Amino acid sequence: MSIVTETEVSLVDDLKAVPDGSGRRRYGRLARIAAAPVVVGFVLLATYLWIASMQLDSIEKRTLNADYLFARISEHLVLTVAASALVAILAIPAGIAVYRSRSKVVHTVAFGLANIGQATPAVGVVILLAIVWQTGFATALVALVAYSFLPVLRNTLIGLEQVDAGVKEAARGMGMTYSQVLRRIELPLASPVILAGLRTALVFCVSVATIATFINAGGLGDMIVNGLKLQRFPVLFVGAILVAAIAVLIDWIAGLVEEFVKPRGL
Amino acid sequence: MPDSTTDTPAVSTNTGFLSAISQKQRGVSIELDGVSKVYPGQPEAAVDDFSMRIEPGELVMFVGPSGCGKTTTMKMINRIIEPSNGSIRIDGTDILSMDPNQLRRHIGYVIQQIGLFPHLTIAENIGVVPKLLGWSKSRIADRVDELLQTVQLDPEQFAKRYPKQLSGGQQQRAGVARALAADPPVMLMDEPFGATDPITREKLQAEFLRLQADIGKTIIFVTHDFDEAIKLGDRIAVLSDRSQIEQFDTPARILANPANEYVSSFIGQGAALKRLALIPLIDAPLRPAVDGAPQITLQDSLRDALNMLVLTGAAAVNVVDVDHRVCGSITNASISAVLNDAQPVAFAAEGTR
Repeated sequence: MSIVTETEVSLVDDLKAVPDGSGRRRYGRLARIAAAPVVVGFVLLATYLWIASMQLDSIEKRTLNADYLFARISEHLVLTVAASALVAILAIPAGIAVYRSRSKVVHTVAFGLANIGQATPAVGVVILLAIVWQTGFATALVALVAYSFLPVLRNTLIGLEQVDAGVKEAARGMGMTYSQVLRRIELPLASPVILAGLRTALVFCVSVATIATFINAGGLGDMIVNGLKLQRFPVLFVGAILVAAIAVLIDWIAGLVEEFVKPRGL
Repeated sequence: MPDSTTDTPAVSTNTGFLSAISQKQRGVSIELDGVSKVYPGQPEAAVDDFSMRIEPGELVMFVGPSGCGKTTTMKMINRIIEPSNGSIRIDGTDILSMDPNQLRRHIGYVIQQIGLFPHLTIAENIGVVPKLLGWSKSRIADRVDELLQTVQLDPEQFAKRYPKQLSGGQQQRAGVARALAADPPVMLMDEPFGATDPITREKLQAEFLRLQADIGKTIIFVTHDFDEAIKLGDRIAVLSDRSQIEQFDTPARILANPANEYVSSFIGQGAALKRLALIPLIDAPLRPAVDGAPQITLQDSLRDALNMLVLTGAAAVNVVDVDHRVCGSITNASISAVLNDAQPVAFAAEGTR
């Protein structure tokens, strides 16, 4: 990650230098950027007004209040962000290692494992881990990391592989060492694809984090499961809407970050 | 792990040599001795027992069909490809015992794909090798400006641009500037103008010749275009399979006396016309001036004179010097005469290069 940050810094300087495109294009871009938060805001507002207009019973009141909602949301976010950060820390170096090894065996083993991680139903993994290990946050974290490892690994490898062969050869021919080529050329050029993988992983994490409730790790899954079990439709509905809203907003933020740190000149 | 190679003791023993050759910006000799490259699992060598001596400041063209091993041979000099056998010396020093990364920082390298780094500005691209060599920021900035001017890109306009904001020809010029950045005595060029359109290529070639006249690097230039080889090269190595040298001589001598069938077939049609293009009017015997004949300048070639004869239908054209004084005339017959007993003239022309 430190590598990507290095590029970010120099890019911020560069951003000022080059003026933006035509006015109309900027308009379209603004609309595209604003669309997601506007829609989410509208849906959340509608939900709030609907709930506010209802007569809630005591069970619903215990759930549908600010304290409870914020606690669940923050549990959900902490789990999501922690898992994504772990995935970034583990999967990006793994992708680099697979790329550098150029070995069929390493490639097959790494992708085999990552595929298994994603193909196995996350609920199954969570519950199995809870049985053989423990319940709680750590278990949920492991399950999420296993589940969202593949997109980051795959995108890191693809991102590095798609760097133009002429560019790589020129870098070698100018006397850069392998690690200089990696740090100064390959990783910056692969960063948009790697970030796209991380963005996918983040969104995966938001949705899969709902199952943390089964092993007592909290999150918005609590609301959904409680709403179902106690047959309180408003609780279930608010839980589901909040998960969806978080997924959309996180995807939106990640998209902005992608746009912002993308190397200039690409 | 790969970084550590730059710190091995072997390097420090060679930095003396590398800094010594980088003082010699006017070019150094290159000798290849029995160099071979055999790829594992392939029965035939890609390059088989290649030996050649290239004089300081010489521009040598490697010409041959695709897959003949010319690029492989060139890439062994900066060790992008490691030779299986033989020795390569630059300025008399064996380079195969050196750290390859250090070596490459002292050899200019231009490839057909150009390979500008798309995420760096043109100025940053050009500054890559000086930065690797630890130059100060101000020295790099000065050098970048100087080089952009050398390759006729306005620094004001282009330094801050990204490669994709440049045309193909401009990118290739930036590529040449980047290879020249640390003023290496040796340049390796792998079909540098191969991907440009004919008009741009012609322009780049002319600029490149002018540039080389100034900087006098030792250059190995790979191309499959024989006309390009004639136009640019001091000497041409015509290569066949496994990088076998069929003929290694000046363009004029190869055109006049192709060593064998293979070389003749490579020259193609119109060898006589190609030879004429190499002979400037200065080296042709002139006849007395003819009144009212079309004029051509002394700097043009016999081919230009022939062209004018054919175009105008005149019996003779007058040759004038830079001050428009008529020096004499030239006719079809005198052009033929030059071709027929021209070897000495052509040699003399080569000798002055």
